[in-house]
Amino acid sequence: MRSERYIPYVLILPSVLFLLFLFAWPLVEALLLSVRGGDGRWTLEHFQRMASDLYFKDAVRYTVLLTVVMVPLQVVLALCMAMLLGGINRGRDLFLYVWTIPLGISDLAAGIAWLAIFTERGYLNSFLQAVGVIQEPRLWLSYETPAMLFLAVVAAEVWRATAIVFVILVAGLQLIPKEYGEAAEVFGATPWRRFWRVTLPLLMPSLQVALILRTILALEVFAVVVALGGRNLPVLAGEAYFWYNAYQSPGVAAAYSVLILGISVVATLVYLRLMRPKQEAAA
Amino acid sequence: MRKKWIGFSLVGGLLVALAAVVAQQPSVLFVSTQFTPIEEAQRMRQVILKDFSGRVEFIPEDNAPFTNRILSEARAGKVNVSLVGGLHGDFPPLISAGALEPVDDVMAQLKDRKFSPTFVNLGKMGTGNQYYIPWMQATYIMVANKQALQYLPAGANVNTLTYSQLREWGANLQKATGKRLLGFPAGPRGLMHRFTQGYLYPSYTKSAVSKFRSDEAHRMWSEFKALWQYVNPQSTTYDFMQEPLLAGEVWVAWDHIARLRDGLNQKPNDFVAFPAPIGPYGRGFMPVLAGLAIPKNAPNRAGAVALIEYLTRPEVQLTTLVENGFFPVIQTKLPDNLPQGTRMGADAIARQAQSNVALPSLLPVGLGAKGGEYNKVFQDTFARIILRGEDIRRVLDAEAANLRRVMNDTKAPCWSPDPASNGPCPVN
Repeated sequence: MRSERYIPYVLILPSVLFLLFLFAWPLVEALLLSVRGGDGRWTLEHFQRMASDLYFKDAVRYTVLLTVVMVPLQVVLALCMAMLLGGINRGRDLFLYVWTIPLGISDLAAGIAWLAIFTERGYLNSFLQAVGVIQEPRLWLSYETPAMLFLAVVAAEVWRATAIVFVILVAGLQLIPKEYGEAAEVFGATPWRRFWRVTLPLLMPSLQVALILRTILALEVFAVVVALGGRNLPVLAGEAYFWYNAYQSPGVAAAYSVLILGISVVATLVYLRLMRPKQEAAA
Repeated sequence: MRKKWIGFSLVGGLLVALAAVVAQQPSVLFVSTQFTPIEEAQRMRQVILKDFSGRVEFIPEDNAPFTNRILSEARAGKVNVSLVGGLHGDFPPLISAGALEPVDDVMAQLKDRKFSPTFVNLGKMGTGNQYYIPWMQATYIMVANKQALQYLPAGANVNTLTYSQLREWGANLQKATGKRLLGFPAGPRGLMHRFTQGYLYPSYTKSAVSKFRSDEAHRMWSEFKALWQYVNPQSTTYDFMQEPLLAGEVWVAWDHIARLRDGLNQKPNDFVAFPAPIGPYGRGFMPVLAGLAIPKNAPNRAGAVALIEYLTRPEVQLTTLVENGFFPVIQTKLPDNLPQGTRMGADAIARQAQSNVALPSLLPVGLGAKGGEYNKVFQDTFARIILRGEDIRRVLDAEAANLRRVMNDTKAPCWSPDPASNGPCPVN
């Protein structure tokens, strides 16, 4: 049958069209927007205005800092959770579902939930007051306490987004044939050694996916930060939003999104290079 | 297989029938920058528009998407929106792009409405034609928790409060309670920049643009910085002051009346509403005017005209006040059975506008799409001087350059209370 040769192409066509229409096209438009002035000429004006803005340095610093703190924390945590899950027999599904609940919650909703915890009359202060640790409500989320604000965002993001890493790693762990572990055990490898020498190397592809995905998403962090800190903790995606919405300057907003795109691409390339599977290098 | 086809044809038939109904009664697509909070939009659809005879599709949008939508529909030559509602400052970009049609004929039909002449004049946008019909008005006032009143400085009255008395009041509150209980909406969606533009600057300099970096402005910022030590630092996360007021996080706050009304309505006995403070030049304040306009080539102009007629009726103007907190633009007596909170707001607004120290200033005029960048100058100045503690003189000089660029780009002449200018409003 000749027509069968085309079937795969026909089947992926909708998704290709979808991607072209909703990703590639806006991407090109955003790129053009960032390098074109109001009169249609090429210009770097938007990038200059972005770089000289009051919040630019802080936004870069906090975005990078958040990514560097959050992503390793989430990967380690998710790895522990995934390994623990592997050791559970009864009620495994229950744990799996409970741990993945945050996946189903929108990030703005998560931000507001954590705001209810950390705000002046929030649950945290009520709790601390009830157990007598503090007499008066403490302010956790003000511009006067940036470190605390940063920790609150990290806590909320770790709670919200560890689940996605966890799901990827659980799927990856299930793909590893049991025989390898059993063989290592026969040769007398301790559980710790088996984890380092067998599980972790075989989990590399999943870890790579999880790291790339989480890093890109961490660089785009927005709703949780805005809900908890407003403008007190500027991040790149938030600045893009403010330039588009509040200052009505799409050019500078596009410059910010191009910057986020650039950092994401670099981060992805670094991961791909650092975590290249060994066999491939040998072959 | 056959079942599926039956299903398809049923759905198709329904769609055709629905289309026929829709075609029979063309609806008015009404896009507005006002009533974007979901509760306000719901009250607009379910209560305010309830008695309108035609069908209305009311869509509130944020500022930037609103402007983009109207402009791109005009550019594409395929207009879907029949009526636009926005603040005075939302219209200039639409007018300069030729996206709006004058509504002089509609104005002529509404002769009996007794619109405030100032508002009718503003609706001409400095041209010979009427570009929008006044829709509703609001302003910004102060609200205080009654518990705070006992700490007012000696001899001070909330209705004639000065900025230095407000500072003393804040100091007294902190001394008595150990907490910083003044509050301002300096959050990401808060309207703090309107406070600096329309209240602080006019009160201290009788200007917002030309004296931006004057010595008077320098003094104003240093006094406001002294006041800020008594302001709850969570203010930089507050968008609407009604919530922190209700929660007791702040006791004295300034905000837009529509963003205070839940507090006043829910606990009218706990709060008092009063005018903004007075500075060396008087009481600077900013009336906010919203209007209704019709796009060029609107698909349902007749429907839009009927809807304008409906929304400016005295009874509908009052419903708009009770439901969504915007005040009538026509001369009408407020009934005695208004909710107590609304009445308190109305009294404060009247006292603010009618006193002999009143110094009204307009929302920015003629800045078009640069309105956001104009606000940014004031937001950044506030953030740098008050929150980051930078040197006042240096910040004012640096931000004056940004302000000058906005003025020169838009060539906007000065608006009240700045003295009239030939050419772009100068930043001296």
